[in-house]
Amino acid sequence: MEKTPNTVPRQSWTFSNEVNAEIRRAAATGIYDIRGGGAKRRVPHFDDLLFLGASMSRYPLEGYREKCETSVKLGTRFAKKPIELKIPITIAGMSFGALSGPAKEALGRGATLAGTSTTTGDGGMTPEERGHSEMLVYQYLPSRYGMNPDDLRRADAIEIVVGQGAKPGGGGMLLGQKITERVAGMRDLPVGIDQRSACRHPDWTGPDDLEIKILELREITGWEKPIYLKIGGARPYYDTALAVKAGADVVVLDGMQGGTAATQDVFIEHVGQPTLACIRPAVKALQDLGMHREVQLVVSGGIRNGADVAKALALGADAVSIGTAALVALGDNDPRWEEEYQKLGTTTGAYDDWHEGRDPAGITTQDPELAARLDPVKAGQRLRNYLSVMTLECQTIARACGKSHVHNLEPEDLCALTIEASAMAGVPLAGTNWIPGQGGF
Amino acid sequence: MMQTIDMATTPLRDLNALLQSQAEGNNQIQFSIENPKGSHAVAVGLDAPIEVTVNGSTGYYLAGMNKQATVRVTGHTGPGVAENMMSGTVIIEGDASQYAGATGHGGLLVIKGNASSRCGISMKGIDIVVHGNIGHMSAFMAQKGNLVVLGDAGDALGDSLYEARLFVRGSVKSLGADCIEKEMRPEHIEILKDLLERSGADASPEQFKRYGSARKLYNFNIDHAGEY
Repeated sequence: MEKTPNTVPRQSWTFSNEVNAEIRRAAATGIYDIRGGGAKRRVPHFDDLLFLGASMSRYPLEGYREKCETSVKLGTRFAKKPIELKIPITIAGMSFGALSGPAKEALGRGATLAGTSTTTGDGGMTPEERGHSEMLVYQYLPSRYGMNPDDLRRADAIEIVVGQGAKPGGGGMLLGQKITERVAGMRDLPVGIDQRSACRHPDWTGPDDLEIKILELREITGWEKPIYLKIGGARPYYDTALAVKAGADVVVLDGMQGGTAATQDVFIEHVGQPTLACIRPAVKALQDLGMHREVQLVVSGGIRNGADVAKALALGADAVSIGTAALVALGDNDPRWEEEYQKLGTTTGAYDDWHEGRDPAGITTQDPELAARLDPVKAGQRLRNYLSVMTLECQTIARACGKSHVHNLEPEDLCALTIEASAMAGVPLAGTNWIPGQGGF
Repeated sequence: MMQTIDMATTPLRDLNALLQSQAEGNNQIQFSIENPKGSHAVAVGLDAPIEVTVNGSTGYYLAGMNKQATVRVTGHTGPGVAENMMSGTVIIEGDASQYAGATGHGGLLVIKGNASSRCGISMKGIDIVVHGNIGHMSAFMAQKGNLVVLGDAGDALGDSLYEARLFVRGSVKSLGADCIEKEMRPEHIEILKDLLERSGADASPEQFKRYGSARKLYNFNIDHAGEY
């Protein structure tokens, strides 16, 4: 008798193995998944854009011979002492507490060698960090852990954090296992408890209040320091416009790929907009107010190489900021620790339980033995090398587009590979002059 | 000798620059500020043992981040008075708006009238004495220090409290998550006695109740999620 063919086993796209595994995990534990990092889902990104380069109608510059400037000045609107960076790439805010002391030191060393700034995080400024960072941006966060006027005056710039791309509208949580005596002391809280970082500032609500808060900070620091305002990629047009209205010198705009030390996976993956979708609305807000280049725009969230830098600048940013990529340059998720990642139930490249403090690379931990694995001098050098490569890559592209300064890159230099990226970046779909949403069909 | 600065003719920047430039040991230690007319950020970022009297009412952030100085306001004050104060004394003869003493690390804030909502929010070591009443959500996420209220407290007092001590003589409309009434031990009586004396309050420590953290929310526990 002829055998009837069986139906081929078919996995559900909706209920994939990954989805079912998460359902089982939730059912077993009763708690949502918390992790570090930014959105892992595939979203339209800089990879979906291409530079056109020069040809008959554009005149390129000679690589290695003709100059292509990379310097950037941040805080020119009101601050008496704007920050002058050699490269348009800064190090994003990451806290001592979330990161180990040697990791923070390495970030300061690498940034300083490259001629750029690094940034504190929740928990205040450490003397080591100040000592190793020629240019240090001091974050002013809702929790105000460690906040004091002396550090405010010691800073080179102040970054008021309203939100971040990984969790616009969310606060933070540093779990008890990372709260050593020193971390707890800096935050005025008991050792070992989970430290909640508030989602809203305690003493102002809305842009009208913020304008007065900025006045206060300027009065305390003699109007010397540039005041940045960091926002998550939520409503970039209006948020940027309101930041300008409130008196910011610099807007830092963080898309959903931007990392966090720890928050709920559901928050990271489902709240906020991709970095690519945020830049043009923010630039438009600045242009509409006559403030483009007067108030500088720093973009972060998923910047990985010089091409990403060049694309962000071409879309109108003045600089970019890196966090996750900087940690990878230091040694985060390095294959040399694969055996230990396996013991933690993960693998190289996927390790994101930064909040648990068991980082084999010694970066996202407060365990002295693990932290000692990171040599801050060598790690700082790696970061410096990486920043140099990104800058060289960005210059290579800029020269190919005929630009003598990376800031001269413009949307006209770009095309998009997908309809989505075309619509978000406001540049034509490759091979067409069509930008979805502009000029009809 | 008292130096008088008239805000009707002196810009805020000049006023603050003058006060901020004072150093310990200077002969000039007393300053009188006239015509504040609700100005914001008056006498902020001071760092010397000087005495500043503001004759009138002020806007937001009076004496923000104060260190060492004594700042007195004869009228009322706006939101965020003495925010993030590190040390020194700030005295408000009238009422204070929202967020009084927010995130303060040290020093003494005395409000002789009432304080609005979120008084002592996220306080980190400051002592606050309010002779009148305080509004809702006061001492939210308060970490360290003492909040003393001679009058009544509004809704959700001490919500998500850490280690700050709250002393209330009058009624408490409701307690916030994880805030409970606690035993008043002799050491608390001593703390209270000292604060009442230093703030010129006419009250006996024995009339107060103490509130503090139940410490149930210190480490995340799924069974407590419904308490937020």
